[in-house]
Amino acid sequence: MADLELDAAIALTRFGLGAGPGDLTEVRSDPRGWLAAQIRPQGADQPQPNAQTAAQRFEEFRVYRQDQKSARTDSDGKVSDDKDPVKIAQRMLREETGGDFLARAALGASTPAGFRERWTLFWANHFTVSATKLVTATLVGPFEQEAIRPHVFGKFASLLGAAETHPAMLVYLDQTQSIGPNSQAADFLKRPRARGVGSRLPETATRTVGLNENLAREILELHTVGINGGYSQTDVTEFARALTGLSISGFQGETTQAGVSVFRQTAHEPGSRIVRGIKYPPGGKDQAAAVLADLAAAPETARFICGKIAKHFVSDTPPPALVEGLIRTWMDTQGDLGQVAAKLIGSPDAWDPTPAKFKTPYEWMVSSWRAVGASPTTIGQLAPTLTGLGQKPFAPPSPKGWPDDAASWASADGLIKRMSWAETFASSHSHQDPKALAAASLGQRLTPLTAKAIASSESRTEGLTLLLMSPEFLRR
Amino acid sequence: MTQSQPTRRKLLLQAAGMGLTVDLLARQAFADTEHSMASRKFVFINCRGGMDGMTISPPVGDPDYVGLRGKIALGDEALNLDSTFSLHPAMTASHGLARAGQLRIAPAIATPDRARSHFEAQDVLESGAPTQYGATSGWLNRALVALKSQRKIEAISIGTTAPLILKGTYEVASWSPGRGMGSETRLPGLLQDLYRNDPLLGPALARGLSTEDMATAAMSAMSAPSAPQASGTGTQAYARQGAAVAERLGRSVAAILTEPGGPQIAAMSLDAFDTHANQGAAEGQLANRLASLDALIGGLQSGLGASWASTVVVVATEFGRTARVNGTGGTDHGTASTALVLGGSLKPGGIIGDWPGLKPAALYENRDLAPTLDMRSLFKSVLGDHMGLDLLALSTRVFPDSAAIKPVSGLV
Repeated sequence: MADLELDAAIALTRFGLGAGPGDLTEVRSDPRGWLAAQIRPQGADQPQPNAQTAAQRFEEFRVYRQDQKSARTDSDGKVSDDKDPVKIAQRMLREETGGDFLARAALGASTPAGFRERWTLFWANHFTVSATKLVTATLVGPFEQEAIRPHVFGKFASLLGAAETHPAMLVYLDQTQSIGPNSQAADFLKRPRARGVGSRLPETATRTVGLNENLAREILELHTVGINGGYSQTDVTEFARALTGLSISGFQGETTQAGVSVFRQTAHEPGSRIVRGIKYPPGGKDQAAAVLADLAAAPETARFICGKIAKHFVSDTPPPALVEGLIRTWMDTQGDLGQVAAKLIGSPDAWDPTPAKFKTPYEWMVSSWRAVGASPTTIGQLAPTLTGLGQKPFAPPSPKGWPDDAASWASADGLIKRMSWAETFASSHSHQDPKALAAASLGQRLTPLTAKAIASSESRTEGLTLLLMSPEFLRR
Repeated sequence: MTQSQPTRRKLLLQAAGMGLTVDLLARQAFADTEHSMASRKFVFINCRGGMDGMTISPPVGDPDYVGLRGKIALGDEALNLDSTFSLHPAMTASHGLARAGQLRIAPAIATPDRARSHFEAQDVLESGAPTQYGATSGWLNRALVALKSQRKIEAISIGTTAPLILKGTYEVASWSPGRGMGSETRLPGLLQDLYRNDPLLGPALARGLSTEDMATAAMSAMSAPSAPQASGTGTQAYARQGAAVAERLGRSVAAILTEPGGPQIAAMSLDAFDTHANQGAAEGQLANRLASLDALIGGLQSGLGASWASTVVVVATEFGRTARVNGTGGTDHGTASTALVLGGSLKPGGIIGDWPGLKPAALYENRDLAPTLDMRSLFKSVLGDHMGLDLLALSTRVFPDSAAIKPVSGLV
C-alpha cells in the first residue's frame, strides 16, 4: 500500500510549487486525485483578472517611442528625470512589467492548484519570450496570459500555433522584419524612387529587405522536433520563407490597431516550399500553418518534449520507461497535453521518494513563501534577488529558456546567495515556529538530521533559515 | 701570479663540487620554472550568442567586405591593425594592447560544429569534444585534472551558474558580484554540518565559503562592485553604465586572481551577441556589447598589474555570422568568427590562421565566412605553451580524438 503521507509530500513539492501550512492535511487522503483534479480544459489560472493585452502594451510602447523622438528634437534644455515625460513613460512600462511578474509569483505562492501552475511555467519556459528589449519586456506578461495559459491542457498544436503567432514571439525572434525577397513588398521597397523637395532622407537611404530565419530555426530546434529532429539549413531557410508575411500591425504608420498579429500577403514569399521532405503548395498563411501542423504531429516532437517534461518534473536523468510512456500517450492522443499531464502523474516512475530535482531560484523563492503561508507584495522582494541568483525576472539569456538541472543552479556562488536571502527572509517571518513550518512544508520528506538542526537552533530566524536551506527543501 | 697545479685529488673534489653546484642550479632552475608556471594565469571569455567576427575585427581591406556588409560595414572609423584588418571603434583599450603587441586576432576560427545552433555550438565549444554530446564535462575542467599532477591549480567561474567549460570532476569555485552576508552568523557552520552527507551541496558550500573569504579580502582594497542595475536612463547611458560595470567586473576578477592563493584560471561569459536585426555599425547594439567586452578586458589588464605579463586571455564565441547583411540590418547564424588572444607575453606575429577572403567562391556554403582554423588549435597552444600541459594529454584527455588538430605555434 502506498504511503499516502509521503505521496502527499511528493505531490505538493515535486509536482506542485511547495507545501504551506495546512496543505498536507488537505492532500493526504488522495494525493493523485488532488493532482488529477487540477487538469482542466480551460487551461491555467490567470495571475491578473483585468490584465492589459499585448495590443494595449504595444500601443503604449509606440506612444512612448513617439514621445522619445519628439523629446529628442524639441529638447531645448534639461528636464529633471521626474518631470521628463519620456522617463515617466519608460518607468511606467517597467513598472507594468514588474507588476506582471509580481502577479505571477503571487499566484504561485498562493494557488491551491500548484501542479497546474508548475505545468504552465514549464510551457512558458518552453516557448520563451525574453525581456531582452524594452518592447518584449512589456509583452512577456501578456504573452503568457494570451498564448500560453489558455492552452496548457489542450492540444499541443493549438499551443504551438498560439505561441508562434503571438506578437511577443514575432517581435522577440525578429519575424516582424522578415520579408520574402521575391515578394511584392520587397519589390516595392527596393525600387529606387525620386525624393520630393525637402525630403529628409538622404539619397543613399535605401532599405535592405529580406529574410530573417530566426523564428524558423528556433521553432525547429527548440519548440518542436529539437536539434536532432532531422532538419537541415535548407529546411530552416525554406520554413523561414513559408513564414514570411506573418508580422504585427502598427510598425509603419498603419491606421489599424497596433500590436496585433497580421498576415501580409504582399510580404509573403511566393511559391511552394519543401520542409523536412514535405512539399507545401503556394498558399499564403495556410502554408506556414501547414508546416506548423506537421511539426506538431511529428514523432520527433513528441520525443523531444516528453524528454523535457520528464527531466523537468522528475530527474535530470529520468527513467527511460517514464519518457516512453509519455511519448506513447502523446502519440495516441495527437498531443493532448491534458492526457500527457495525467500520464505523468499516473506514472509510478515519477513518484520515486528521493527528491532528485534542485529547485531553480524562482521555484525555491516561491516555495519559501508558500512554506510560511505568505505571498510577495512588491517586485522589490523578487527582482534583485532573482537577478543576483542568475534568474532575472522574465529575462532568460536565450530563446532556450532557463535550464532546470542541478549542475546549472547548485553552484557555490548560488548557495551563498541563497543563504544570504534565506536569512533576511527568515528574519521577517520569525513570528512562526520553525519546527511547525518544517513539518507542514516537508512532511515525510523532513529528514531527522534537518529536524534535529532546526530543533536545536538558537533563534526562530536561524531555525527557519536552516529549513529553507536544508537539502530536502532546496530540492523537490 | 702563481696558480698551483691542480692535483688529481683537487680535481676530483672540484668535480664533486661542480656536480653539487650543477645539481643545485638545476634545482633552482626547476624551482624557478615551477614558480613561474605557478604564477601563470589564463582567462577565458565566452561571447555567447554568436559574435560577429566581421564587426569586432572588420576586414576593411578586403575588397569584398563593403559589398557584403552594406550599411553595417565599417570604414575609416575602425581602429587599424594591418593592411586588411581593423578593430571595431569601440575596442579602444584592446587596440592599445594591439599596438603594444599584446593582442592578436584569429579572424576565421570555428569549432568543429557546423549546425549553426547556439546550443549545439556552445556545447562543442565548451566541451572540447569533436561533436555535440561528445563529453559531459568541459575542456577547461579536464585541463585542471591534467594539471593537478604537476602543481596546485585552482579555477573560478565568474557568474552564478556554472558554465559547461568548467563542469566536471575537478572542483571549481564560482563568484559573482553583489553578494554578502553577516560575518557574525553561525549559519555557515550549521549548514556545513547539515550538508555533510550531501555530495552536491557539501562541496559547493565549502567552495562558496572559501571564495567568499578570498573575495572579501580582495574587495577590501577596492570599492565593491555592484550587479548591473537597469535604470531608466536611455540606451546610450545604459551602454556606458554597462561598460563601467564590465570594467569594474574585470578589476574584481583581476583582484581575485592576484590574491595570495587565488585561482590561476577564470572563465566568464558575456551574453547578447545574437544580432539578427539592427546590429548597427560604429554605433548600435553590437557596438555597445563590444564596448562592454573592451571595458572588461581593460579592467582585467589594469587590475592584474604586473601579473598581466604572465596572463593570457582568450575571447571566443560559438560561431560567427553570415557574411552578408540580412534583410533586417543584422546577420544570421554563420560559421567562422574572430577569436582574440591577449596577454603581456605574446610573441609578435600577424593574424593567427589564414584569411580565406570574402569572394563568393571562398564563402562556406555560399553564405558564411569559411573557417581556416580549428578553435582547439588555439586552445591547445595556450594550454600547452602557456600553462605547461603536454601534447599527449591535450590530444587525448582535454580534447578527445584531436591528435590531427595541431597547436598554433609561436603564440606565447
